[in-house]
Amino acid sequence: MLGLSLILNISLGSVEIPFIETIRSALGQKIANGSWEYIIWNYRIPKAITAVLVGSGLALSGLLMQTLFRNPLAGPFVLGISSGASLGAAILIMGASAFSAYSSFQLLDNISLTVAASFGSTAVLLTMVVLASKLKDTMTLLIMGLMFGNISSAIVSVLSYFSSSEKLKQYIYWSFGSLGDLTWFQLCLLSSIVGIAICMSVFSIKGLNALLLGDNYAQSLGVNLKKLRYLVIVATGLLVGAITALSGPIAFIGIAVPHLARQIFDTTDHKILAPAVLVYGAILMLLCDTVAQLPNSASVLPINAVTSILGAPVVIWVLIRKKRMLF
Amino acid sequence: MKPNNRYTALTVKDVSIGYENTKIVSNINFNVSPGELTGIIGVNGIGKSTLLRTLAGLQPVLSGTIYLNGKHLNKYKSKNLACVLSLVLTESVATKNMTVLELVTLGRQPYTNWIGKLSKNDTIKINEALELLHLEDLKLKKCYQLSDGQLQRVMIARALAQDTSVILLDEPTTHLDLFHKVQILKLLKSIAKETQKAILFTSHEIEIIIQLCDSILVLNGDKNSFGSPAKLNEIKAFETLFPTDTVSYDPKTGTFRLKK
Repeated sequence: MLGLSLILNISLGSVEIPFIETIRSALGQKIANGSWEYIIWNYRIPKAITAVLVGSGLALSGLLMQTLFRNPLAGPFVLGISSGASLGAAILIMGASAFSAYSSFQLLDNISLTVAASFGSTAVLLTMVVLASKLKDTMTLLIMGLMFGNISSAIVSVLSYFSSSEKLKQYIYWSFGSLGDLTWFQLCLLSSIVGIAICMSVFSIKGLNALLLGDNYAQSLGVNLKKLRYLVIVATGLLVGAITALSGPIAFIGIAVPHLARQIFDTTDHKILAPAVLVYGAILMLLCDTVAQLPNSASVLPINAVTSILGAPVVIWVLIRKKRMLF
Repeated sequence: MKPNNRYTALTVKDVSIGYENTKIVSNINFNVSPGELTGIIGVNGIGKSTLLRTLAGLQPVLSGTIYLNGKHLNKYKSKNLACVLSLVLTESVATKNMTVLELVTLGRQPYTNWIGKLSKNDTIKINEALELLHLEDLKLKKCYQLSDGQLQRVMIARALAQDTSVILLDEPTTHLDLFHKVQILKLLKSIAKETQKAILFTSHEIEIIIQLCDSILVLNGDKNSFGSPAKLNEIKAFETLFPTDTVSYDPKTGTFRLKK
């Protein structure tokens, strides 16, 4: 299924390339049309890999958040983590206009955008965890997350009011979300960060399962709560920060895919759920991106809109069919 | 000072419990041997749950010492502690979407490797726990499908699967009818006997406890008497439990009577 969506994603795009030629090119064989090969290797394959990384990463971060807060509503967006990343990016894009020499370093810009967004998301996440240990009430915590989101977007508004239209355009374009336009270097950066975060999550699988019983029970099972919390938070911060920085704030995948995986596999065991959300996140993202490309046409829809328009009905349908939200 | 009796599972010496600046109960002394069922009674808010949380290492001891299997409680690392002491709390589990088997399996966490792979021994212990609590037929059911009594049995099975020498339970019989209360407590009694575990629980079912437990700790703030029901009856420990103008204790029948 993943392979199929991957091939589908690569073979469809604004320029029509025959299916067989796509596969031959992707397998490393020479094909007749040089520009097709160029499109496939420098545009479509990087984009497909980005989709896989972004989809898997966001879905995993959603799963981690939902278990950490033991709340089915938790996700990178609801807890204000994505807003934190947006704020970091906004401050860099629009606030950095003072450093005029800045934009001349394209390479530095990419890395610093990732760092700024990661910093923003981790800062919000850490604040949420400090509050979480004081509040003990997850509902209050979610409201806090929404407040953080509001504060972030307010600051972004203020920033955009004062920044030049060129910078503003750059930020708004970023906020639409885009999987394309990533260089191979950025792709390496993203994949190593996602890789590190996945490793960290793998090591927290056992603890996450214990956490399903509640903090006290987890502790009585020998889980080092503090260590587990920080591991999960840093992993989520890295994932959401890097993904949001490089492809914009992509909605929906983070909160929805864990629910889909739970419904389909009917389990709460993270040994099954973690790989499941990685695969489903990737598939969903690839399919959404394929649709967003509007195959054989020149225009591209913002990916952010497509994920929600396509994904939300899927989740609603699954929930209605099962008549019950399982968490 | 080490406790002399090598066979006590839990020794509590001059312990005070509470939170940072507020002492709730002080001067708690008792021993529990393997195979014994011990009830902890006291009025609401006296500190029964706080005592259990302190014994479980979830909150610090204010003063005095607790020995677990002859070793100082503070000297246990959290992972080692999980192998000698397990808990059943009043809080409901966060996720009711687990099957009974999945939940009981979590009890084996202290013994499994970093990813949580079950060994043959783990599976044996899990099946033993399910069998002892008569849960074999329910093991593939989800927790939200269970009644309160069944869920409580599942939680006890999880603690049992953890295979610890001491099990602490906080009010295991609340929300249950008389039949299920007695059923759960009798199960605890037989488990303590059969598996030679020391089981401590808090409860308000004083009349059942008097008939069933090997020993009782009466928390009343200052004296905190401990002993067998017969001994406590002799020293009139139950009389001091409630204000006598509302309920009075009848030592002959072991029951409480309302003052009209």
